Amino acid sequence: MEETRALVQIKGLRDGLLASLDDASWEEQRAALLAQVDDNPAFFHGARLALEVASQILHVNELVELRDQLSERNIFLWAVVGESPTTEQTAQLLGLATRISKPRPEEIRQVRVEDLGEETALFLNRTLRSGTRVEFSGHVIVLGDVNPGAEIVAEGNVLVWGKLRGAVHAGSNGDRTAVVCALDLSPTRLQIADETTTLSLDPQRTSNPETARINEHGKLQLEIWSPDR
Amino acid sequence: MTAKVITITSGKGGVGKTTAVANLAVALALEGSKVVCIDGDIGLRNLDVILGLENRIVYDVVDVIEGRCRLKQAMIRDKKLPELYLIPAAQTRDKNAISASEMIRLVKDLRSECDFVLIDSPAGIERGFRNAIAGADRVLVVTNPEISAVRDADRVIGILESEEKGPAALILNRLNPALVKSKDMLSPEDVLDLLAIELIGIVPEDENVIIASNRGAPVAYEPKSRAGQAFRNIAKRLRGETVPFLDLDAQSGLWNRLQRLTGRK
Ligand SMILES: Nc1ncnc2c1ncn2[C@@H]1O[C@H](COP(=O)(O)OP(=O)(O)OP(=O)(O)O)[C@@H](O)[C@H]1O
Ligand SMILES: [Mg+2]
Repeated sequence: MEETRALVQIKGLRDGLLASLDDASWEEQRAALLAQVDDNPAFFHGARLALEVASQILHVNELVELRDQLSERNIFLWAVVGESPTTEQTAQLLGLATRISKPRPEEIRQVRVEDLGEETALFLNRTLRSGTRVEFSGHVIVLGDVNPGAEIVAEGNVLVWGKLRGAVHAGSNGDRTAVVCALDLSPTRLQIADETTTLSLDPQRTSNPETARINEHGKLQLEIWSPDR
Repeated sequence: MTAKVITITSGKGGVGKTTAVANLAVALALEGSKVVCIDGDIGLRNLDVILGLENRIVYDVVDVIEGRCRLKQAMIRDKKLPELYLIPAAQTRDKNAISASEMIRLVKDLRSECDFVLIDSPAGIERGFRNAIAGADRVLVVTNPEISAVRDADRVIGILESEEKGPAALILNRLNPALVKSKDMLSPEDVLDLLAIELIGIVPEDENVIIASNRGAPVAYEPKSRAGQAFRNIAKRLRGETVPFLDLDAQSGLWNRLQRLTGRK
C-alpha cells in the first residue's frame, strides 16, 4: 500500500492543493489519490484541487468519474494539467482550467501582447461547443465556431475563423492592446483587459468579419473589416 | 443478425427521449425489424408505461446484470408486435447499480438477438448517460426548438465528439411551424446552424403524442398523426432508406430550404 501512495504527490498552492500523478496506470493513480484523501479527510475537506497528470491520456468518462468521486468527498476539482492534447481537450470540455499559474498582480501590467512572441498561440481546429472553457497564456486561434455557453480566456489575442457566439476575454492579464477578431463577431460576452461589454446585436445585421479593440478613448469598439483597406 | 445499437439522449430533460425510443421501436417493428429497447433511466423508469407493458414486468436490467435472471427472461415481448421487446429499468435501484462495462457486455449479448437495440438515456451528462452511450454504435440527440434545450444538446454533442462515438444525428422534436413562421420559435435552420450535425428527423408538436402515451400505444401506430408519420420516417432512415422530410407547412418554403440544407432533396 505504501508503494501506491508514492504515485501521488500532494503539495499546497496559493489557492488550494496540487496533486501530481506519474505515468502509472490511471486506475492505480486514481485509487492512490482517493486512498490518500480517505486517509486524511479533514485535510482535504473543502479543498480546491488541481491535478497534474503527466502524459496520461484521459477521456471524459475517466475525468467525470474522478470529479464525481472527489466531489462526494467535498473536494472541488478545478484544473487538470497534462501533456496529452486529448487530456487537455477533455478538461476543456468539462470546463476545467488547463494551467494553474496565475501571474501575481505586480507582474500583470508588464506583459504585452507583442512580448508573447510568435510561439505562444494555441491553435484549435474544431468548434468549441457549450460547456467548453479554454484558458491559455498566449493567443488563441480557433478554426471553427465558438458556440454560446463556450468560453475563451486568453492573455493575448483571440482570432476565430468562424462564428464567435460564446464568451471571450482577451488580454486577460490586463493587456489593453489585445484584440478579438472573428468572421462573425456576436459574442454573448466580450471582455478585453478589464473593459466588458455585453453586445446586444441586431439579429438582422449582416455578419461581417469584425475586430474588437479598446480605442484611444479607452472604450471597447468594433470595426468591420473591409477588403479595400 | 448483428444489431445496430442506437442510444437516444439529450442533455436537457423532458425533451422527448423516451417518446422517441418508444415510437422508433414501434415504427421499426412495424417495418419488420426485430427490436429490443433498453430503459437506461434506472430509478425513473417509464418506457414500460409508454409502451403499455408496465404490468408485465418481472425482471429488469439490473437483474440481468447481477445474474438473477437470464437475458431472455428480462426481455418482455410487446402485446401487438411479436418482434418488439423491452428490457425495463429497475425502479428501486439507483443509477450506480450499473457500470459502463456491464452495459457494453449486455449490449454485446443482444447483438446476435435482433436488428436494432434502442437505449433510452437519462437526461444530463452524469453516470447514467455515460452508461447509456457506452455500448452505442450511433447516438441520436433529441432537442426542442428552445435555446436552453439546444445549448444542452450542444454540450452533449461536444462530449460525444470527444468520446469518438462517431457523428451524432439530431431529432428536432415538438416543432410548431406556426410559431416558427411568426418568429416566436427557433427554426430548424437556427438549430442546425448552431449544432452543425446531421438532421435525421423533425417531429411536430402533436397532442396525440400525449394521448397515445397515456394509452400505452405510441403515436407511431396512428396512420394519420403527423408526429407518428415523422417517427415512421426516422425509422425508415435508420433502416437505411432515403425519405424526404415532411412538408409541415407547404406555404413557407422553409421545408424546401431545409431539404437543401440537409442535402436530402
Ligand atoms: N412531439 C410531441 N408533441 C407533444 N408532446 C410531446 C411530444 N414529444 C414529447 N411530448 C411530451 O413531452 C413530455 C416529455 O416527453 P418524454 O418523457 O419522452 O421526455 P424525456 O426526454 O424522456 O424526459 P426525461 O428527461 O424526464 O426522461 C411527455 O409528456 C410527452 O408526451
Ligand atoms: Mg425519459
